[in-house]
Amino acid sequence: MKKNLIDCKKACKVKVVKLNAQTTLRQRLISFGIMKEAIIEVLEHAPRKSTIEIKVGKMRIALRAEEAALIEVTKI
Amino acid sequence: MNKQQKESCAITKNHIKVALVGQPNVGKSMLINSVSNAHLHVGNFTGVTVEKSEVLFDYKDYKFTVVDLPGTYAFTDYTIEERVTHNYLCDNGYDLIINVIDSTNIEKNLQLTSELMSMNKKIVIALNMSDEAEKEGIEIDEKQMSELLGIPCIKVSAAAKTGIEDLIEAVIQQANNDKQESKLIFSEAVEEEISLIVDYLTKHKYIAANSYRNIAINLLKNHKKTYKKLHDSPIWTELQPILINASKHIELHHESDDIKEAFAGEYFAFNKGVVAEVVKQEKVIEKETLTQKIDNILIHPILGIPIFLFFMWGLFQLTFEVGSIPMDWIDSFFGWLGDTVGGTIANDDIRSLIVDGLIAGVGAVVLFTPNIMILFIGIALLESTGYMSRVAFLLDGFFHKFGLHGQSFIPLVTGFGCSIPAYMSARILKNDRDRLLTLFIIGFMSCGARLPVYVLFAGAFFAPEMAGNILFIIYISGAMLGLIAAKILKLTAFKGDAEPFVMEMPKYRFPSLKLIWHTVITKTLMYLKKAGTFIAAATILIWFLSNYPKNLDLSNEYALKIQNASSQTEKVIFENQYAEANLQQSYLGSIGKFSEPFFEPLGFDWKMSVALQTGLAAKEVVVSTLGVLYSLGENVDEENDSLVDAISNNIPFESAVAFIVIIMIYLPCLAASVVFTKEAGGIKYFFYLLAFTSVTAYIFAFLAYNITKMLI
Repeated sequence: MKKNLIDCKKACKVKVVKLNAQTTLRQRLISFGIMKEAIIEVLEHAPRKSTIEIKVGKMRIALRAEEAALIEVTKI
Repeated sequence: MNKQQKESCAITKNHIKVALVGQPNVGKSMLINSVSNAHLHVGNFTGVTVEKSEVLFDYKDYKFTVVDLPGTYAFTDYTIEERVTHNYLCDNGYDLIINVIDSTNIEKNLQLTSELMSMNKKIVIALNMSDEAEKEGIEIDEKQMSELLGIPCIKVSAAAKTGIEDLIEAVIQQANNDKQESKLIFSEAVEEEISLIVDYLTKHKYIAANSYRNIAINLLKNHKKTYKKLHDSPIWTELQPILINASKHIELHHESDDIKEAFAGEYFAFNKGVVAEVVKQEKVIEKETLTQKIDNILIHPILGIPIFLFFMWGLFQLTFEVGSIPMDWIDSFFGWLGDTVGGTIANDDIRSLIVDGLIAGVGAVVLFTPNIMILFIGIALLESTGYMSRVAFLLDGFFHKFGLHGQSFIPLVTGFGCSIPAYMSARILKNDRDRLLTLFIIGFMSCGARLPVYVLFAGAFFAPEMAGNILFIIYISGAMLGLIAAKILKLTAFKGDAEPFVMEMPKYRFPSLKLIWHTVITKTLMYLKKAGTFIAAATILIWFLSNYPKNLDLSNEYALKIQNASSQTEKVIFENQYAEANLQQSYLGSIGKFSEPFFEPLGFDWKMSVALQTGLAAKEVVVSTLGVLYSLGENVDEENDSLVDAISNNIPFESAVAFIVIIMIYLPCLAASVVFTKEAGGIKYFFYLLAFTSVTAYIFAFLAYNITKMLI
């Protein structure tokens, strides 16, 4: 089932389907390893879900909710 | 540099210039320290430009120059660091690249490596943190890896200092070798297009320094320089349709409309293949769980922010409590120095210049060194342990509401100590617009030098038990104003989409004391040098303006009066009267008189106006100027009771409030303004800051003056 990364609960593991971001942001995400087929684990939410912490490969990355909403994922 | 050049040029014969490249948090600085430590000969030039630093050392017959480039994830030119690194690597000013890789996370690090590989340069890979990888049960077959990539891969550990010699040997060998074609292999679809382009280039015997394959890859990747070169070539008209077709084909294959995304996918697949063949991992990683455990507490949704506030409080306590101990020593040292040096100079003017101008001015700057060092140590600790990014994570939600970035908090907090390091630390903000906005707001965080002014006025108008609270209110309202100003600027001058917040949260690490010490010392020396030279010049200027033109009649008149004074008290009164009279007719006095009407709506007399203007040089000068102007002689500080009395007697309460508001908001000191201009990247930003702070300060002071007047 397709959904956005921001909707994922803590400790949820998902696979990236599509990046709906603009070019610069997309490149930024890709340079962090957030790209199609990448496996993402949601680690933590900041207060009021304004920011989330995820894990891609072995790297922990903080993302703002707006950015996370642009990442389309599917459950695995 | 090519081989022929090397042989013909004796001086550079055995000189190898190495560019050190790697992703952030792979231990590059640590590696450069370990490498140079063993063979350091000349010294470390951590640059004025700070962006990149060079280390020189000798090994056997070779002279090495290692250029430490800022960490970068990929060549997207997104941040200043990425731009600096990318530009440096594209120019040919070096012989070879050392690509530093974190052995515990090879797959991620190889992403940068694959970009480097398509640059057609000589590379050596340093598999750093190999000891850590071993502990985590990660086995790396570096021989196989060297084979697969066509690049020598050397296991090293900067922390344990192992493999360093091997690395240097490999660098020498690689430097003497001929350049090798990279072994980067793409998917069938891309390879097909590459060979089409290569065939075309071969057919037309295109002459180029790089291999056809390399050109083909760069063309497909939309590499600007390669494009430009071929664009001017006659074969372009035929080549262009081939390229367009190829791009379409690749994009279709990757189901993406972005060729860069497609190539990222290609690299990703290649790296995955390499890792699968080279890396073996047995047991579950322990360190990961440790980081997880710490994170469970430090970025806890409820506890996270209170814990952070506690750390900050602790840092401030340290800065001001511990910092005040050596401050007293420094203060008395400069007092003693002034007296001693002053005693040896016979000429009044020269003595005054040296003692009141130079020594006092430089002393005022040196005085804050302990605070600044403690603050730098604290910040270096926050940074190197990995806690900094956690704080950014916690605060981004709040800061974002005001148009700021989670990472803005570091420069803002530093700004409470001193604006100069604050402006410099704004570099951690990767995005230009975020950085500029933060730079404009830093001044709202009242720096340590403004404290004396606040203490003086709070003491003059409030009971001692209230003064502390008043101070707190001043600081807090400054910070609040700053946040509001940020919001306003974001809605007007820095309008635009919110910049994305995508940031690595590095593993927690135990900080290297040596590295912290190194950073703190370099930064402190830079502070002393920059601020010192500047303040010295500024104080001499102020000294000149307040002492000239000389009025001989006036000085003779008072000299006589002082000579004939009946008592010591009378003598002091005359001396102070002379000082005031002299000041009134000096250039500074004229400026004060001239600007008086402008400050009249705020209830300032000419003395306050002058104090504000001398405060532009340094905020500490405000107090001493007021002291001089209110006839108390020059040796005044904020605890001087008679100055407190003079102020509470001479200045109406509402004017005092307006004065504090202006001090809170208007332009930071001269040295800080210079640093601001440099960090913001142009003199025009200084004028923006000048206009912004002056207008804001004036409006708020005007409001404060009139509101207070109505209330009392």
